[in-house]
Amino acid sequence: MAVKTATGAPAALPAGLAAPPAKQGFWAWLNKRLPVDEFISSQLTGYYAPKNFNIWYFFGSLALVVLALQLLSGIYLTMFYKPGELTSFDSVEYIMREVNFGWLIRYLHSTGASAFFVVVYLHMFRALLYGSYRAPRELLWLFGMLVYLALMAEAFMGYVLPWGNMSFWGAQVIVNLFGTIPGIGPGLVEWIRGDYGIADATLNRFFALHVALLPLALLLLVMLHLVALRQTGSNNPDGIEIKDKLGADGKPLDGIPFHPYYTVKDVVGIGVFAVLFALIVFFVPTLGGLFLEAPNFEPANPLSTPEHIAPVWYFTPYYAILRAVPDQRMGALLMLLSVVSFLFLPWLDHSPVKSMRYKGWMSRTWLALFAISFVALGYLGLQPAEGLYVVLARIFAVIYLAYFWLMPIYTKLEPVKPVPARVIYHAH
Amino acid sequence: MRIEVDRGAAGPRTRSRIGLALTLLAAALACGPVQAAEEAASEEAPALGADWQSWRARNDVTDMPSVQRGARNFVSYCLGCHSLKYQRWSRVGADLGIPEALLQQDLLPPGDKVTEYILTSMPARDAENWFGKAPPDLSLMARARGRDYLYQFLKTFYVDPTRQTGANNLRLPATAMPDVLSELSGLKRAVFRDVMRRAEGGGFIHEQVFDRFEPLAPGRLSAAEYDGFVRDTVNFLDYVSEPTQTARRALGVWVVLFLLVFTWLAWLVKREYWKDVH
Repeated sequence: MAVKTATGAPAALPAGLAAPPAKQGFWAWLNKRLPVDEFISSQLTGYYAPKNFNIWYFFGSLALVVLALQLLSGIYLTMFYKPGELTSFDSVEYIMREVNFGWLIRYLHSTGASAFFVVVYLHMFRALLYGSYRAPRELLWLFGMLVYLALMAEAFMGYVLPWGNMSFWGAQVIVNLFGTIPGIGPGLVEWIRGDYGIADATLNRFFALHVALLPLALLLLVMLHLVALRQTGSNNPDGIEIKDKLGADGKPLDGIPFHPYYTVKDVVGIGVFAVLFALIVFFVPTLGGLFLEAPNFEPANPLSTPEHIAPVWYFTPYYAILRAVPDQRMGALLMLLSVVSFLFLPWLDHSPVKSMRYKGWMSRTWLALFAISFVALGYLGLQPAEGLYVVLARIFAVIYLAYFWLMPIYTKLEPVKPVPARVIYHAH
Repeated sequence: MRIEVDRGAAGPRTRSRIGLALTLLAAALACGPVQAAEEAASEEAPALGADWQSWRARNDVTDMPSVQRGARNFVSYCLGCHSLKYQRWSRVGADLGIPEALLQQDLLPPGDKVTEYILTSMPARDAENWFGKAPPDLSLMARARGRDYLYQFLKTFYVDPTRQTGANNLRLPATAMPDVLSELSGLKRAVFRDVMRRAEGGGFIHEQVFDRFEPLAPGRLSAAEYDGFVRDTVNFLDYVSEPTQTARRALGVWVVLFLLVFTWLAWLVKREYWKDVH
């Protein structure tokens, strides 16, 4: 174990290229040709993160773990999956029954898709809670949002691939949304589908996008997200820039090296997450129809519409907003607005402080209302669009959007608490 | 709001088969708050089958004798029309602990090999001509519709002379499937009530609401035996819908235990490192 000083900062850390440790043999040979040490130093051992991270800060590393899981399990699935109207459904059942541990790989992938959204939503909520989208982290936030948008496309297309009945009808509903665009709509829908209906051509192109284009886009965007994070440094629950208070050694006083401190801490988070994940994979892989919907165990059938067409849970908040508006075009527009509203957050928040710890009661109330609305809309999106459900969806949709678009007003009106000079940390 | 009209066609509502106590209970319920009577017809009287929507399969795929009996039932009564096209005979033998010789002797249709998929010998085209639609493959039915659905479906057939097959079903009204298990379950008819319901935007709608079953002829099995027969069959279909489910749960216990130990060790490491952070 490294020798550490009383302040928690290790006594001798390789500080980039300033003092490269003298190394011999293969390692020296390697480093002359590839900046391995430099990379480790700049990304891990020499990257200082605030020491006051709380439970909300686990979800970034968890998202990375789930991404890796999805890539690996996905590659394995492509070895047996056969895209095509006549082969998709059968090949998935082949994986479930005849491929050794195929069922496990498939459940890892299907549970992973939902888990991805769970951790990403919690990761995003953390940003809302502590103002992590605020300057100087606007680009970091935007890259994160692009990751989220790419993830939505990836998940949607992946959901079509098993070619179950809900895959088919879900694709029908979502692709038809593009038909609401004035003028080019109908032609655009046909171009996306490659046919006059959701068909073989659609399935095959969704496969191509799902396994090649979108994973590449996701990887690139995640990399940009991480590069931007390393540039600005992490925010923290107090919303204070730790780079403003440097010690004699030029290191942030409230920072600790990401490795080993946060790597060992994140491994604990990964362990807890893995336990919950395994409980679902091994004991309730469909999670009562939330992660794998029952109608998807019937092959796609254009002649048999499921009783209720509902997307998987992670899209239902937006689906509820779509259905809350009687006019389909306006509904699609409002749905789009509720997704892209996140992009504008850095410029909507005019509060003098970043963290919810020091914001006033209005910000707190609005964030709570927003969180409740998001969950409620998620529930309503799973219910039939009728009666009270629609009325409630309208109310929550208005609250959802008001959280964003009234933010410039309420963040200026409310009194805020004084922000301390240093982060608040209680040693365990 | 519902206004109930007793229809003569349903016959006199004699409850001779129901005990005096139950009749009294029904009377007490009828005298209760009007709203309660309006809300659920099933509460009105403990008539035969009135509570069919709350019937649960309560099967257990780890109960191997039950799954084995279900396999026998399937071969005897379902395989004539329905396939399990994702399931091989050999897999059934291996998972259910049925030796190959026994599999050949008792379950396999003559000429089939154990490595083949479980397919009906009825040509789909003929079936479509005869029934209007080909009988669905049952490999995934327990997952697609649910075990309770199958259980209720197999228990709510009734005689209906207006149907081509002479039978109808509560779970799947106007089903194309004949009541093939009637020889076991016996025949029963359904008694409907005519209910007037206020329609949205005024006016009334007449609705036929199921009231109860009335036995017409007994079958070879008693009610309890038939119950067991259906439960075993559903159990087998549940197993077929996901043959790995027992192995999945068994493996899951070890994975979760390992992860708990791993997480505990990881936490110890974390605590040790973080002692230095003040």
